[in-house]
Amino acid sequence: MSTRIFGSGIKRREDPRLITGEARYTDDIKLPGVLHMAVVRSPYAHANIVGIDSSAAEAMDGVVAVYTSEDIGDGLAGLPTAWLIPDSDLKTPEHPALAKGKVRYVGDGVAIVLADDRYRAQDAADAVVVEYEELPAVIDPEEAAAEGAPLIHDDVEGNIAFRWAPFDKEASDAVFEAADVVVSERILQQRLLPTAMEPRAAMAQYNPATQELTLWCTSQNPHIHRFIISAVTGLNENKVRVIAPEVGGGFGSKIPCYPDEALVSWASIKLGVPVKWTETRSENYLITIHGRDHVQHVEMAASNDGKLLGVRATVYAGMGGYLSTAAPGIPTILHGLLYVGPYTIDSIYCESIGVMTNGTPTDAYRGAGRPEATFLLERMVDNVARALDMDPVELRRKNLIPAFEDGYDVAAGLTYDSGDYPAAFEKALDMAGYSDFRQAQADAQAQGRYLGIGVTAYTEMCGLGPSQVAGAVGFQGGLWESATVRVTPTGKVQALIGASPHGQGSETTLAQIISEELGFPVEDIEVVHGDTTETPMGWGTYGSRTTPVTGAALAHASRKLKEKARVLAAHLMEANVDDIEYADGNFSVKGSPDQAQSIQDVALMAHLAWNMPEGMDPGFEESQFYDPPNFVYPFGTHIAIVEVDAETGEIELQRYIAVDDCGPQINPEVVAGQIHGGVVQGAAQALCEGVIYSDDGQLLTGTMQDYCMPKADMFPNFELGETVTPSPHHPIGVKGVGETGTIASTPTVYNAVLDALAPLGVEQLDMPLTSAKVWGAIQAARS
Amino acid sequence: MWPNEFDYARAGSVDEALSLIGDEGKFLAGGHSLLPVMKLRLAAPEQLVDIGGIDSLRGISADGGLTIGATTTHAEIAASADVQAMCAGLASACGQVGDQAVRNFGTIGGNIAHADPASDPPTVLVACGATIHIQGADGSRSVSAQDFFVDLFETDLEDGELITSLSLPNCSDCQCAYVKFPHPASRYAIVGVAVCLKMDGGTCAQADIAVGGATVKAVKCGGAEAALTGSTLDDAAISAAAEAVKADIGDWLAGDIAYPESYRQQMAGVFLRRAIAAATG
Ligand SMILES: Cc1cc2nc3c(=O)[nH]c(=O)nc-3n(C[C@H](O)[C@H](O)[C@H](O)COP(=O)(O)OP(=O)(O)OC[C@H]3O[C@@H](n4cnc5c(N)ncnc54)[C@H](O)[C@@H]3O)c2cc1C
Repeated sequence: MSTRIFGSGIKRREDPRLITGEARYTDDIKLPGVLHMAVVRSPYAHANIVGIDSSAAEAMDGVVAVYTSEDIGDGLAGLPTAWLIPDSDLKTPEHPALAKGKVRYVGDGVAIVLADDRYRAQDAADAVVVEYEELPAVIDPEEAAAEGAPLIHDDVEGNIAFRWAPFDKEASDAVFEAADVVVSERILQQRLLPTAMEPRAAMAQYNPATQELTLWCTSQNPHIHRFIISAVTGLNENKVRVIAPEVGGGFGSKIPCYPDEALVSWASIKLGVPVKWTETRSENYLITIHGRDHVQHVEMAASNDGKLLGVRATVYAGMGGYLSTAAPGIPTILHGLLYVGPYTIDSIYCESIGVMTNGTPTDAYRGAGRPEATFLLERMVDNVARALDMDPVELRRKNLIPAFEDGYDVAAGLTYDSGDYPAAFEKALDMAGYSDFRQAQADAQAQGRYLGIGVTAYTEMCGLGPSQVAGAVGFQGGLWESATVRVTPTGKVQALIGASPHGQGSETTLAQIISEELGFPVEDIEVVHGDTTETPMGWGTYGSRTTPVTGAALAHASRKLKEKARVLAAHLMEANVDDIEYADGNFSVKGSPDQAQSIQDVALMAHLAWNMPEGMDPGFEESQFYDPPNFVYPFGTHIAIVEVDAETGEIELQRYIAVDDCGPQINPEVVAGQIHGGVVQGAAQALCEGVIYSDDGQLLTGTMQDYCMPKADMFPNFELGETVTPSPHHPIGVKGVGETGTIASTPTVYNAVLDALAPLGVEQLDMPLTSAKVWGAIQAARS
Repeated sequence: MWPNEFDYARAGSVDEALSLIGDEGKFLAGGHSLLPVMKLRLAAPEQLVDIGGIDSLRGISADGGLTIGATTTHAEIAASADVQAMCAGLASACGQVGDQAVRNFGTIGGNIAHADPASDPPTVLVACGATIHIQGADGSRSVSAQDFFVDLFETDLEDGELITSLSLPNCSDCQCAYVKFPHPASRYAIVGVAVCLKMDGGTCAQADIAVGGATVKAVKCGGAEAALTGSTLDDAAISAAAEAVKADIGDWLAGDIAYPESYRQQMAGVFLRRAIAAATG
């Protein structure tokens, strides 16, 4: 094996089973005697529960039981909020698994039905009669925070769950007062539906004899699910096994622990039989977390010669009816600390107000807080350019942080690891042919055609993250990962990881890391994940952290093994360790290359242990806990070119150029896949996706007939480029790339459309930029 | 996604289908409209009578005009050389329904019986003067497409009646087009415009125009037709037609929260222009 596996675009190893439908998801797992759970859900966004009559449902064929919160009593503790951001007067209202006396969003669970068949369970759920007293509802976070808004939780005064602003307000105000130009905008980050291809599902099996609970569920972090389930059920953590079998995407929506997982667990404990629940797509849209939902009041200060001086914002972040697992951290730590972006901005200020509303709870959705920050920055930079009558590219160029290799402190208190923003920026502009485009744009306009360009420079914080920082910002867990590289006697590798990939291609890229370090062919390496009993502890897959954090743990564990192998090989070849050379999985003695031991030979001898060097233990397996010393900061520049049809308001995305730097690419195909998917998801926020609620809190975009998922024919072929700036603190230099596409693309496409609309007099529009909105704005500007 | 309980029977003939349907029954053709509403529990028929196996309901014949069996799929209609020759607009409309899988299963009879206002084929059927042939327990009858569509999801069909076929006049000497502005989410029509023009030299001798999507049902647009008839399809006539069409549909407008009525009405004018260009281009 002499081809270099690191950096090679080998095909994703998980794809055959995914593409052929052979993969086994939670719903595919069948257990004898299983009961099916259906949940009676609130049709109102805000109402008191006056009474529940389940007698008709209980009498139906096949129905075993109907339970309400009263039946559960203290059998289940409320679902915890696990990101307790400090210095924010955070309130964490109780989140019972089934509503107690009051429902707070459409879809809030009121009762559960357990039946021998999924259809019968649903029939019976329909037959449970719940009497409600409807209350006024509030959906918009800014309205919910206003005086006189309906109170959603008695113990959350004014619906304000937190108010976070750990910045120097006076200093910020001073910058704005002294600035030549201040631009402002009210930006709406609409609610989005994560829409993982596989809806959520959970099946619990309690074994009364051993008092052990096994929970199969759609999780991005089975170890976190284990301790939350342990906490809410009261079972010891070592009696709970959580298995995330194949998981069909998550985009953040499978991080939280939801009522449903707790309810199947409780019901299985109560009844002593397995209990299963699988979400329908309609249910998914109602109850699985939504993303974004910010109303932002943003200002940017600049000098007349185009120096960006400061950013400040007041953000109303809609939390929905309850605080989901990580919700408070998203519009705060993962948002406000990102206001510097790739620019030399010295003053930032963010006041983030977490507001309870009668919407579905929100939480991390791909990018989580960082897309909202990047959007407001890039939007404001374009606004400054307009105010100064300056080319937005020139303005960005002037303010980019110069290249740095090892640490750059920014106003937010973060230390960026490494970056060469100008290089990526110029490369993307070259690929796009920026100066030619401006000419083409003018020519087109002369013919009544409206072209526009959007250019986004970004950096983001991922590879979460040092555990000490996690603690300091109130994250109720660590953020390290652990991994074991286990080699069998026949020289096959099992890599056991605590993280839980669910579609990213990590089984391929992580195997490539091990292969690079140890010389085993990728085909001989299995990456085992998603089972708390089989795998070592880990905090899960989110925040573009699996490659940087788990990858580092695997690289270190592999290096320990390699060191052991080198010593053992020297011993077996009766040579001095210092004379051992390694290449492509073979250890040889300097000067006599025909004398060699392969890594497989060494693994076998380590297992046999017939002839070990003194002091060396048998076996061929190493583990590593890895706590990253810093975040990683991937960066790049994205460019979109659009044409707006002024007759209809339709937008055609004509070109999309993405230059991303995630350090050395382990597998360029996997990187490209992440960027493609991310760009589509982010562009869709700009162009077509968006939750719409009625005033009384009914979800009007409850199916894909109304909620516009992006489609392949909306997009041109993406033009991808790269620069390579390794992370100085990472053993293989890699940075995360799972979210960059989403983070960069929304403002890129949005700004391109607004650039196209500028000659028509349209300066601001709320996302998504539907043709009806664009057309309406053109008409309004004309009249 | 869990429908209520129902019985299922597969009919071998039209008579058998009519005898099985009962009071609470529904005919099942391609199932692409019926099953989704059942899964959402918006409909709960006790009996489904599958008409997919009735040979006499399926197929296309061209004999002076076109006759299309009710269970003929959108894909079959789009691919039919006879339909392309005699009513190019219908072939085009059926070719723009949903995606390939939907076109392979969905039938023209099911489509018009369901009468979704955003459907494509009805617009062409109304423009081109199609006739719907219906059979019930008491015998058979025929009704013009224009009278067949009554309102939102509402047709002239009585409970238990079966559409057997539809017929269309031969329009091979017309210039005919269907142009659609698809809803980005569902890909149903925000607005769909069907235009069928008979030209006599450079003059438009007859214009047949209908609009769907923007309306609660496919609407024949007399004002726009009059604006074009007798003209040379010059800019002034086309502009007049594009204005007139908005008035033609004014009483029937439909919309949703993202694409409201007012927008769709304006777009009908834009897409009428595009349909005329497509028909004559
Ligand atoms: C994903 C998707 C996308 C779609 N996109 C489009 C689109 O872009 N444009 C468009 O026009 N349509 C679209 N459709 C709708 C599709 O065209 C219809 O589903 C289909 O044509 C209905 O026909 P069917 O054979 O499936 O009818 P069914 O679903 O079987 O039946 C529909 C209704 O008609 C009744 N029925 C069926 N046949 C008869 C008959 N012969 N006589 C009397 N009653 C009958 C049934 O009882 C039922 O009430 C889409 C559907 C889907 C699922």
